[in-house]
Amino acid sequence: MKKKTGLVFFPAFDYAISPTHPEREERLLYTQDQVNEEGLLDFDNIIEFKPDLATAADIQRVHFCVPGIDDIVHASHLIAVGGTLTAADKVMQKEVDNAFALVRPCGHHSMRVVHGTRGFCTLNMEAIMVEYIRHKYGASNGIKKIAIVDTDCHHGDGSQDIFWHDPNTLFISMHQDGRTLYPGSGFPDEMGGPNAFGATINLPMPPDTCEEGFLYVLDEIVMPILAEFQPDLIINSAGQDNHYSDPITNMKFTAQGYATLNDRLKPDIAVLEGGYSIESALPYINTGIILAMAGMDYSHIREPDYDAEDQIQPARITAYLEKLKEVTLSQWANRHALRNRVYADKAFHTRSSQIYYDTAGIRESQTETVRTCGDCGGAVTIDSRADTGSHGHVFAVQIPRYACGPCRSWAEAQFDEADARAYSQVLLQDKDNDLYIEK
Amino acid sequence: MILGIDVGGTHTDSVLMKNGKILRKSKVMTDKSDLLASVMLATRSVTEAADVQQLQRIVLSTTISTNAVAQHQLDPVGLVVMSGPGVSHRDLPLSDKSSYVAGYMNHRGIEAESVDEDEIHALKKRFAAGGIEHVGVVGKFSTRSPAHELTVQALLAGQTRHVTVGHQLSGALNFPRRIATAYLNEAIWRLHSGMVDQLGAYMEQLGIDVPLYILKADGGTIGVEQSRHYPVQTILSGPAATIMGVLPFISADRDSVSIDVGGTTTDIALFADGAPLLEPKGVQIEEHKTLIRGLLTHSIAVGGDSHVRVIGQQLVIGPERKGAAMAFDGPVPTPTDAMIVLGLADIGDKAKALAAIGSLAAELGRTSEQTANAIMDQACETIAAKVRSMIAEVNRKPVYTIHEMLEGKELVPREAIIVGGPAPYLARHVGRLLDMAVVVPENSDVINASGAAMARTTVELTLMADTEEGIMTIAEDGMQTDIPQHFTMADLVAVGKERLEQIARVAGAREADLEIEVADSQTFNVIRNSATTGKNIRVRLQIKPGLTKHALQ
Repeated sequence: MKKKTGLVFFPAFDYAISPTHPEREERLLYTQDQVNEEGLLDFDNIIEFKPDLATAADIQRVHFCVPGIDDIVHASHLIAVGGTLTAADKVMQKEVDNAFALVRPCGHHSMRVVHGTRGFCTLNMEAIMVEYIRHKYGASNGIKKIAIVDTDCHHGDGSQDIFWHDPNTLFISMHQDGRTLYPGSGFPDEMGGPNAFGATINLPMPPDTCEEGFLYVLDEIVMPILAEFQPDLIINSAGQDNHYSDPITNMKFTAQGYATLNDRLKPDIAVLEGGYSIESALPYINTGIILAMAGMDYSHIREPDYDAEDQIQPARITAYLEKLKEVTLSQWANRHALRNRVYADKAFHTRSSQIYYDTAGIRESQTETVRTCGDCGGAVTIDSRADTGSHGHVFAVQIPRYACGPCRSWAEAQFDEADARAYSQVLLQDKDNDLYIEK
Repeated sequence: MILGIDVGGTHTDSVLMKNGKILRKSKVMTDKSDLLASVMLATRSVTEAADVQQLQRIVLSTTISTNAVAQHQLDPVGLVVMSGPGVSHRDLPLSDKSSYVAGYMNHRGIEAESVDEDEIHALKKRFAAGGIEHVGVVGKFSTRSPAHELTVQALLAGQTRHVTVGHQLSGALNFPRRIATAYLNEAIWRLHSGMVDQLGAYMEQLGIDVPLYILKADGGTIGVEQSRHYPVQTILSGPAATIMGVLPFISADRDSVSIDVGGTTTDIALFADGAPLLEPKGVQIEEHKTLIRGLLTHSIAVGGDSHVRVIGQQLVIGPERKGAAMAFDGPVPTPTDAMIVLGLADIGDKAKALAAIGSLAAELGRTSEQTANAIMDQACETIAAKVRSMIAEVNRKPVYTIHEMLEGKELVPREAIIVGGPAPYLARHVGRLLDMAVVVPENSDVINASGAAMARTTVELTLMADTEEGIMTIAEDGMQTDIPQHFTMADLVAVGKERLEQIARVAGAREADLEIEVADSQTFNVIRNSATTGKNIRVRLQIKPGLTKHALQ
């Protein structure tokens, strides 16, 4: 059945990380050519919208930008994020049935604390959109439970970090095995924090996984879990670098496969992430996704160099994916019991991590403490130090959305008691009250 | 002197102009069965024998092809479509007339699948058996490489009366619109060609040898003989004629709006720094979305003769016209009756207008004056609201660069040019609602004819240079040539300008009117394995719609 699909298209023809970088000016040039040549915007049920600009308030609902937004964020990011929010508005205001933010640059490697650009990403578009929707529409239409299905070839480690403690956001990442690709994370045992255990699901797939394997993981693992979680909204973090022609990854997914995936997943909002085969893949994948979202016939989508024989799945991949299904569904079913084994019975849990920003060349050390809580996602403090100079050491306090009283009190005390002289900045993010304060 | 003639469905208007001024004007009935007679009558009504000898050019605007499409009086057309993969055939236009055959180009104009000659030969036989004499050949991305369309055209040669190849009609990307445009070009080809023959006879009868032009949908002119190849470009030239007629009253240094208030509808057009805005993708006629470059107009079903009635204590104006105003013995009350009651217009029979508005006033329980004022307010506010929404829509148009997003021009019209029968009576009111200065030009009853008379020749040319492939393509020309690796944007613009000048001259452009502008230009790197292997350069050149310098000579 045909659907009304919104398209926010912003190719940012005047933005590149560097002239030969994969994230460069012409990344969406041939996609735009294909969309125009196919006449997609002439169909009555496909409507193009101009992106809005994201505001500081939108960004600060999710990120702690260090030392500040103006120092690390480029206009292109404000438009890409703004376009994502435009897509959300059109869906939430029921102007369209679903929407695709075909914007760049990408965002899913950006974590809560942002010292710079990593994995080509600076601002996490999907995360900012999720909090925007909850802030703007949550009270009126009851949107609370949101699922993000990340189909980029790289593990969505930024989104995972942001929603690690959020029991109301189910984050599922399908990606190339982290042992073989940046950022080297996203294994099945990464299942979320103590207050949101099981709401993070990682589905690493071996190199050379093709159409059959991807759709198997979708149909046999993702869809059953979504059916049980019953999200109010589904977001597709729609990276396109699983394509067989992508220059920086090793998978064998196809344009037809991406269209089928979107047809079955039926996301309310899709957001472009990676995908760097700008001539051989993106034009066909994006045409396929748009047609699939619009409920139109996408069966004629095919790359000029599509090779059916290359899509025959080796037995070892089939066996691996069957095992992945077994492990994942078992972990999902037993997540409450597993949680108690992984997390000891303590009032607080602390984790330390080293984060590297490959694009900007930054190393960050982080210690995060979460208050164990059965009533909300738990208040969090983050002590983050980056090797960017004197301004790189911050203490960030986060009061989660739907925060309980004790978590709020504890967080406010942490903020009040923090010694401002010991850090370059002490920051408080209060999602329910939509506040962002620097001490 | 210039002669402008507008052949409408009912009237044929003509003006004789000199130095941008109307010397004589006339309105005669159109003889639908005899175009030649109508045009000759319109000519004779404004010229004497001595004037004819002084004519420097004649420009004609007609609704003949527009009406043929609207009334479905179209010739059978066979479409040969090379779709390749993509949107399903069932979602393409005119699929009942299309034969889908092998062969397609990719987005860079590189062959992805070749043409199957046997398939075309078989098709040729089928067309012959089916009596199909007009054929449109359309390939995906044919504006990036015309090779397939040209191959098929050559294979079809010798049997069909005429073949249109898609890339010649427009350099823009849009495959479904290319199909529809090629279809219409063939479907009205015979009709239009017949008209060109008749106009040849007209010139012979006049006994002069001056350029004869026909107006296109983009408000530009094309030599009549040259128009034989592109009949589709003359579709919907009616609204364009009006806009060109308004153009002399538009300030060149600011944004403006024109409002043409007719009997049934009001048509609105916008001008940015003095230039009329174009439809971004092409005009639509009936169900056909086309690539025909046309001036942007929005219509609203409110006019001087709109049917005014009371429904549930509310005044409703339009959308229908039942006839003339009651002041002119029409059947129902109209805004024109209200204008007469208010003393704004001193026309028709005032007693009958009062009776018309009085009947509505009785229903509303108000005075006739109150009711007439309410009708005026509502009609003018409806028009003003449409103007505002059209401006907002243009300003909401998506852009694709950060620069345009942050620094892009916003259209802010500060003046309104109002034409049409009721214009003098409601102009001030509409201007006040829009907070714009208003201008009501004289002679707006023959504005289409004067618009046609003063229009200059327009041409558009789309070029792409791919230095990795070493090929330059001129889309509308269907021409590809080899280029060196160091070929630049400046080189491409230079080649384009030279070629565009040639095309413009052939189409009848005057030297003084060859104002070529670079409408779009973009350069992108082509990267292979993290190394730059070439450039993809795109340029669109145009002579945009405007007034011919000739008109002021």
